[in-house]
Amino acid sequence: MIVLMIYVAIFVLAYIAYHFIVGKSVSNLGFNARKTVTFGDESAVTPNRSASVISIISIFVIWGAFTGSQISPIHVPGPFIGDTSFLYTATNAQNQTSDAKVFIRVSRVGEDAGIPETSDESQNGFARDDALKVAAWRSGLIRVQKNDEGGKEEGYRVTAINGHPIAPLQSVGVEDGVVNMTAKGSLSFVPYKGWQMEPIWLPAPEAIVTRLFEIIQDGYQGVALSENIGWSLFRVIVGFALGSLVGIPLGYAMGLNNWFRGWFDPIVEFMRPIPPLALIPLVIIWFGIWEQGKISLLFLAALWIMTISARAGVSGVNISKVHAAYSLGASKLQILLHVIIPNSLPEIFTGARVAMGVCWGTVVAAELVAAEKGAGKMIIAASKFQQTDIVIMGIILIGIIGFGIDILMRMAEKVLVPWKGKG
Amino acid sequence: MSMDQSSLRIDNVSMTFSLPGGNSIEALKDVSLGLSAGELLSVLGPSGCGKTTLLNIIAGFLAPTAGKIVLNSHEVTGPDPERGMVFQRGALFEWMSVRKNVGFGPAMKGVPAKEIRSRVDELLEIVGLHEFGDKAIYELSGGMQQRVALARCLANDPDVILMDEPLGALDALTREKMQSLILKIWKNTGKTVILITHSVEEALLLGQRLLVMAPRPGRIHKEYKLPFAEMGVNTDLRDVKKHPDYGKKREEILSMIWEMEEEIMGRKE
Ligand SMILES: Nc1ncnc2c1ncn2[C@@H]1O[C@H](COP(=O)(O)OP(=O)(O)OP(=O)(O)O)[C@@H](O)[C@H]1O
Ligand SMILES: [Mg+2]
Repeated sequence: MIVLMIYVAIFVLAYIAYHFIVGKSVSNLGFNARKTVTFGDESAVTPNRSASVISIISIFVIWGAFTGSQISPIHVPGPFIGDTSFLYTATNAQNQTSDAKVFIRVSRVGEDAGIPETSDESQNGFARDDALKVAAWRSGLIRVQKNDEGGKEEGYRVTAINGHPIAPLQSVGVEDGVVNMTAKGSLSFVPYKGWQMEPIWLPAPEAIVTRLFEIIQDGYQGVALSENIGWSLFRVIVGFALGSLVGIPLGYAMGLNNWFRGWFDPIVEFMRPIPPLALIPLVIIWFGIWEQGKISLLFLAALWIMTISARAGVSGVNISKVHAAYSLGASKLQILLHVIIPNSLPEIFTGARVAMGVCWGTVVAAELVAAEKGAGKMIIAASKFQQTDIVIMGIILIGIIGFGIDILMRMAEKVLVPWKGKG
Repeated sequence: MSMDQSSLRIDNVSMTFSLPGGNSIEALKDVSLGLSAGELLSVLGPSGCGKTTLLNIIAGFLAPTAGKIVLNSHEVTGPDPERGMVFQRGALFEWMSVRKNVGFGPAMKGVPAKEIRSRVDELLEIVGLHEFGDKAIYELSGGMQQRVALARCLANDPDVILMDEPLGALDALTREKMQSLILKIWKNTGKTVILITHSVEEALLLGQRLLVMAPRPGRIHKEYKLPFAEMGVNTDLRDVKKHPDYGKKREEILSMIWEMEEEIMGRKE
């Protein structure tokens, strides 16, 4: 919530600051700048590159600020790290009171700074000083009575912390943390947590980069990163290729023949709205959870999309083109090869882009369910060990690869169907 | 009229479209017409009078509900390269270069590539596109695209050229140039040409014979024999338009079409 509010605040402030600094000085450049009507003219709306840069930077700064990262110049308050202490007052069975100190050392997660030493200065009553080590974001239970004289007797109880009275289920704020008393009367110390995220929730950006290099070098659980990603890509490509191999001819047949159209229409229309992920359980039952199952799933994911796009490609042909071709003496086969197929290519490419995207998402999900190797397998395994840095790194990689696939498809489209959208 | 071997005969052609809901439209009723080889016919009429339907029947894309089309003493049953078609737009193949488009007909027939090439070059020269052979279709302007369509149609050496508002999407200047080009090609190749248009001026300039059609049912309303096409072959079209007869005919036909349009509107209300 706070993070979202900060992000919105940055959005507004950056907007105001940008327009205050840049003002109207960037007019005169290009045709759009000469337009007086821009609100409502979609073509006049171009992404403001400064906004994009600020947006990305703020995401990383917020991320860094809330994780205590080195890449961020500012940080929200972090958890308390270091030595602290508080005083407790105990009352024994004889109704005498005595004070003693609890020395606490709060260490970073994963580090062990050792137990602090107790001083001996206030050891005149029956209460004895205690020492406690606790990691940041954790809490530590202290049985102060354990070393106190008469601490095990009935009637012994802790009555105050730093002079503030305390009773079971109450808490008292002390320097650098809070002391809680459990229902049974023992104390626990919770060091000040600050606003930063625990690495287990969200690691700092540089931790993820470090982990990326580590995994590129050593792999994860004995599987190289390239192998994990390679397997995912391999499944996508095989599934997509098989789906296209069946789907495109099927779509053509549906676009050209009444019987095919009638026969497959109900099947295609029924299968189309089923999300491929919903097929996972059935595919597991039929084909098992391993390679065959995953490839079948991706095949099904790609199949309907490619069928529908090929069918749309055929029905999208301008009838004048077909008429013209017949008038020029083309046979049915020639019309299929020289008119209908090339005419449907833009539509098929659009379908292929969608299908690749869906397949990529489906393969990751399928690997989450079961796989030996794969991008999804890597992050689900890491998640079981709470290796959040690997999970986030994997998610980012999956995103980048999905984006890369789309870019590649677009480039192929530009080269192979340059006439797209220009009919 | 003499009906020699290479003539086109439209024989009592009727076309009734049945609509969903039981109604039907008489797009054409008892249309008869004879054309000798090499004649240039323009067809004019209010929207919906069946011009396109008639052309599609001649091209063989539609079978009439009654009557028949006879070309060179055989009956038309489907599309054939003997009858070439030029569409208003969108009928070129964007995935082929200009050259490939023009050579499409011969290529489908299996004419050797070398022969196609020289024929295509020749045609591109005629339509003034010799520099644009390797360009993509979408790189050309609308007028240039129609010239490609014309060249593509000519490449097959058809007996009859059918054009459905071929210049309808062009601006006035380009249109005038294209009209001259069509006249020139008609004269030089001696082909039978049927041209549908919405423009009275174009119908006057590009018709040795001009057919005015009337709607509901679609039929031939009146036929004219005109001298302007012959004049336009050797004269600037703007000079032809200054001819006193031209203006008179234009007024006559315009008011005729106006009347028809008004009648349609009146009937609707
Ligand atoms: N496939 C069809 N199904 C039903 N009715 C049709 C069909 N094609 C044409 N018509 C009808 O036949 C009539 C004649 O149509 P046509 O397209 O031949 O007219 P047109 O003279 O070419 O008109 P325009 O000048 O607008 O092109 C119209 O009333 C039209 O609605
Ligand atoms: Mg029409």
